[in-house]
Amino acid sequence: MTDHPPIPKPEPASDISEEILLDTLADHDSIEREFTVEQRTQWKTIARRFSRHKPAMVSLVVFTLLVLFAFVGPFLWKFKYDQVLKKPAGASNDWIRPSWTHPFGVQKGYDVLALVMRGTQYSIRIALVVVVLSVTFGVIVGAVAGYFRGGVDNALMRFTDLMLVIPYLAAVAALQRNVKGSTWLYLSFFLAMFAWMGIARVIRGEFLSLREKEFVEAARSVGASAPRIIFRHILPNTIGPIIVNATLAVGAAVLGEAALSFLGLGVKPPDTSLGKIIEVGKGKATTYPNEFWWPVLVLCLISLTINFIGDGLRDAFDPKQNRVRA
Amino acid sequence: MFSFIVRRILVSIPLLFLASFIAFILVVNTGDPLEDLRTKQNVPKGQIALQEHRLGLDKPFFERYFSWLGHAIHGDWGRTVKDKAVWDQISRSLGVTLKLVVFAEICSVLIGVTIGIISAVKQYSWFDHGATTGSFLLYSLPVLAVGSFLKFFLAIRLNRLLGREKNPLLKTIGESTANFCNVRKPQNCGFIPATTDFLTHAALPTLTLVLITFAGYARFARATMLETLNADYVRTARAKGLDEKRVILKHAFRNALIPVVTVVSIDFGGLIGGAILTETIFEWKGMGRVLVDAVTKVDPNLLLCWFAVTAIAVVLFNLVADILYAVLDPRIRL
Amino acid sequence: MNDEVAPILSVKDLTVEFPTDDGVVRAVRGISFDVRPRDVLGVVGESGCGKSVSSMAIMGLLPKSARITGSIKFRDRELIGLKPKEMRAVRGRQIAMVFQDPMTAMNPVYRVGWQLGEAIKAHNKHFDKKQIRSRSIELLNMVGIPQASTRVDNYPHEFSGGMRQRVMIAMAIANNPDVLIADEPTTALDVTVQAQILEMLIDLKDQLDAAIVLITHDLGVVAGITDRMQVMYAGKVVESGTAEDVFYTPRMPYSIGLLGSIPVHTQDPGAGARLKPIGGAPPSLINVPPGCPFSPRCPLSDGTLCETVDPPLLRVGPGHLAACHHSDKLAAMEDPLRLFSAVAE
Repeated sequence: MTDHPPIPKPEPASDISEEILLDTLADHDSIEREFTVEQRTQWKTIARRFSRHKPAMVSLVVFTLLVLFAFVGPFLWKFKYDQVLKKPAGASNDWIRPSWTHPFGVQKGYDVLALVMRGTQYSIRIALVVVVLSVTFGVIVGAVAGYFRGGVDNALMRFTDLMLVIPYLAAVAALQRNVKGSTWLYLSFFLAMFAWMGIARVIRGEFLSLREKEFVEAARSVGASAPRIIFRHILPNTIGPIIVNATLAVGAAVLGEAALSFLGLGVKPPDTSLGKIIEVGKGKATTYPNEFWWPVLVLCLISLTINFIGDGLRDAFDPKQNRVRA
Repeated sequence: MFSFIVRRILVSIPLLFLASFIAFILVVNTGDPLEDLRTKQNVPKGQIALQEHRLGLDKPFFERYFSWLGHAIHGDWGRTVKDKAVWDQISRSLGVTLKLVVFAEICSVLIGVTIGIISAVKQYSWFDHGATTGSFLLYSLPVLAVGSFLKFFLAIRLNRLLGREKNPLLKTIGESTANFCNVRKPQNCGFIPATTDFLTHAALPTLTLVLITFAGYARFARATMLETLNADYVRTARAKGLDEKRVILKHAFRNALIPVVTVVSIDFGGLIGGAILTETIFEWKGMGRVLVDAVTKVDPNLLLCWFAVTAIAVVLFNLVADILYAVLDPRIRL
Repeated sequence: MNDEVAPILSVKDLTVEFPTDDGVVRAVRGISFDVRPRDVLGVVGESGCGKSVSSMAIMGLLPKSARITGSIKFRDRELIGLKPKEMRAVRGRQIAMVFQDPMTAMNPVYRVGWQLGEAIKAHNKHFDKKQIRSRSIELLNMVGIPQASTRVDNYPHEFSGGMRQRVMIAMAIANNPDVLIADEPTTALDVTVQAQILEMLIDLKDQLDAAIVLITHDLGVVAGITDRMQVMYAGKVVESGTAEDVFYTPRMPYSIGLLGSIPVHTQDPGAGARLKPIGGAPPSLINVPPGCPFSPRCPLSDGTLCETVDPPLLRVGPGHLAACHHSDKLAAMEDPLRLFSAVAE
């Protein structure tokens, strides 16, 4: 029986060209090249899924505007945060209330809009430092624990448990008390010290399951070293959870810092932050509400947008996407 | 079961000792408790030395730690910088905090889990969409904002609406009215007026805590229920011809209960040191106030006791979580 | 064979569709079959061909989002559109089901006796505790669980896979159902216990006077025990007939491909000595292309008719139906079973 048309070849599984596949066999470098080809298309699908998540997209825009407000705004706004304002001649006592000149009003002789811009900037700056430090440390701890398992895992996880026993706001407050002068960098460092445990646990879980996968077996069988397997083979596959958790950690860090500063245990002058401005404004929340509610609103916006972005990213990275519609 | 509990307790004890050591390091680095005294003019040197000795500041680090630990194990938590018994202060504020958080947590769990179950069972219904969006928003809002909104915005307007501006129904400061019951007002000293007074004070802070906590439980319960509702054994239960109520409660919910109970009991442990912001906004003299005072005034023994109480609560409720898990899931070998 | 007896379960033009984010998945695209009392019907096909979805449709267990059309009649009573309460009375009483994975199909937190008792109580409200317990033990004995009277108080995780599947079968037969649907009942099990479970199913069928619908992807499972069988592909029945018809005179290339994928011991060293996989993959059920769904993988595809017109299920012999434009070519072939090996060589 030969008089039939040839059987059509099955569709290639991905869009890796045959050329690259051949290269792969030839030398090692092209493995990385093949890897990046797959990666690029993967990133595209993630970006497409993320862009379908409307609240996340809106949040991304709002958050970007907030960042611009905090970092570019001060250069454009006519008043500076440290510019002492005098009551204009002939003005009533109401001059400190919001007006076209001072949209957020005036607090103790300073323009509140300028203060809020600077406070937002500090809040975001602190949060970024916290996230970079805590995520790096958490990922390393989680990766080492999950990859090596056994005694190493046990020791690291008991240490993680230990750090979770101590309420972190209190711990940071205690450390921060003794710091004098410009303190925001210390504060970020202390916050990071007590914020890495969650991500360490997540990454450990990922590593525990990924280390059993065939591609890791394969890498091990050709004699790849442990650091190489951890960083080049397993870690790229945990990028989804890392990005999602890092995003959510930004929100948590902003709120944690705000809480401490609100209690009077966070940043100290000359530094500022949203929490600090709220603390200063809380005594007059009913009489001069603008000094209090504007920073609270910005704080809410940061927290909401970050959570929505995190939610969108989680959906985008989650392969279980084909949800059945109602 | 008994040996399981004993084993878990034995694991918890070294954890607590290590935690106490870390807390001690933190406290030592908080600052100098006698700063005020030292910077004051005309304080005799001898008095400073006397205070140093009383607080144990003149001892080397490890000696100081073990001396504190030895006393603490026997229930002697030492005295504050102002020479008052630490435990009196801590136990009083612990009572205040518990009054607030226990009721709030119970409400949050009941409301959150109920909403989560309904959401999951009626997935993609208007209720689900509403509850999911609502709990997402509340979950994302800072405590600071929710508490401030209730205190500075809602309370004032509600009291005005009720025509109670002079004697507001919803109180926003403290856990009870100062001098509420004294010789001149003996009618206030009964159980009913005292309870009423407490409730008018507790309403808003409790609501704050419930609003920010229940949302998390609703999300978690929904996710867990969705998982168990799609489990094979739920399909089996339906295939038996059981009615939907039984399938949901006896099969899906009974299994969803395992992670939910675990998370709730772990959360319970964090409550004591976890309502600091709410307490501060509504000016309750609870554990939050003690922490702020102990840190700003650098009171080592007070702060150490604070850390000890919160750490014990965390470890204890982690233990409770483990035990409940074992009780609820027969696959766990005791 | 008992063609003259009225069918107990009759499925006509059943379609099932699921709306998803990527489009409508047409999981079942118009299938019809009859099950007669004491019949064993084998339903064969690879995963995703719609065999499980159709059985879930019969049980009324599909999610609410599923769109079901056609007719499912049990003893002349239409099941599609029944009120949930009426459907519950049918489920587990008249039609019962055994699922694929006994590891996950039992609730881990209840004792097996409790789970069995629940199945009994659901349709026998008047039973008291004692009656339920003795019936549970009786059922466990029927499915061959040793020391049933003590095992009844064990949790599922205390049973082995094969034993758990026995318990699942006990649960399914608790109310003497008329039709027992077994969805891949042996797939998740160790090879050594597969045969025991199948043998037991057939024994129970005779004891209980029930009909069995045996769903599997493994032709070897249905070979010895079914009266009738139907082969499904991409949501459709592509061939149906007696087991002999399909095994010895297949009239649809896909059935031949399936036959080539099972290891057989044969006298002729040339045939079936090597496993012959079918090249390619089944089509996506979201945008099913026109024409025969098997044509992209079919050695007989003519490239024109096959790719434009979906072949209807036509009679090719007494009680033997096939959906292929070229079933006559297969009939003319000397050894149709070598269709795929001829290509490979």
